[in-house]
Amino acid sequence: MQQENVQLRMAMDENSFLQGVKDCIPTLLGYLSIGFAAGVVGHTSGLSVLEITLMSILIYAGSAQFIIAGMVASHGSVAAIVFTVFIVNLRHLLLSAALSPYFRHLSAFKTIMIGTLLTDETFGVAINRAANTRALGESWMNGLNVTAYLNWILATAAGAFLGQWITNPEKFGLDFALSAMFIGLLVLQLIGRQRLFRDLIVVVSAVIIVVGTSMVTSGSIAVIIATISAATIGVLIERWK
Amino acid sequence: MEIRWDILAIIIGASLVTFLPRVLPLVVLSRMQIPDLAMRWLSYIPIAVMAALLGNELLMTDGKMTPLRDNIELFAALPTFLVAIFTRSLLGTIVVGVVTVMLLRFLL
Repeated sequence: MQQENVQLRMAMDENSFLQGVKDCIPTLLGYLSIGFAAGVVGHTSGLSVLEITLMSILIYAGSAQFIIAGMVASHGSVAAIVFTVFIVNLRHLLLSAALSPYFRHLSAFKTIMIGTLLTDETFGVAINRAANTRALGESWMNGLNVTAYLNWILATAAGAFLGQWITNPEKFGLDFALSAMFIGLLVLQLIGRQRLFRDLIVVVSAVIIVVGTSMVTSGSIAVIIATISAATIGVLIERWK
Repeated sequence: MEIRWDILAIIIGASLVTFLPRVLPLVVLSRMQIPDLAMRWLSYIPIAVMAALLGNELLMTDGKMTPLRDNIELFAALPTFLVAIFTRSLLGTIVVGVVTVMLLRFLL
């Protein structure tokens, strides 16, 4: 009985909000530097600290915020900017769909809360965990999401504020933090899944297709096309074998 | 320190078009029984999207392949991959990646 209680409590701790916060920590530095860079770039393109912070609170998407800064600087129309952001963030459809099997037990309101704060990074951490535990707890997911969210708001606000003194965050390699994080998340995925051969074919296909298609269309559409095609190739190899 | 009306319109519009793709599949699909084939397909999405994002970040600049000799990020990706494979530490991977790019930019 005693033993059972201990085990139960351990399982609950594993799914707690606090554990979600802890599992977010390794990614904080990466998004801190990207957020900081996004703040600096926003400042350079003439956005106020308040505008940049409001963007982080309401939009909360790094690539979109970089694009808005660029298009505001080049005087793009409101409609053109909103449409571009829509295209850039369409890949969230795929991430959101891939997470959906793990949150069957939740109410619509709770899934909305989880989806609202979904990012590449929290998706990567969550899907890695799902590969090991087969299920995701709501509190754990919220801990992960909220930590990443607050970190992002702080980082962009700091970048916007300090942007007056820092002109080139690239000098410190901070712009590479995002790629490095994708590398880390990808490798952890590949190691965790134990079907390396098929997965590597999918990875290589995705890279080749994204390079090919981004020569004829925008990078963000290329990412969506490459993701969909490479996943399809994965399924086809499974069938064919 | 102000918020301009047109910027506010951009922020609100952009937040709506970002919110919907994030939320809709989660809410709709978590209420449905997804066919086995679709589940298999979805299981490849995580690695496919990470690889596509990486390929786009590391190899392309403004719709063209980045010339190999100028591509510091691609060279830095090598030690970054090795650290990820051997340490399996996300934080370690990011630190090594950022420091490598900083050093390469400083030296080259």
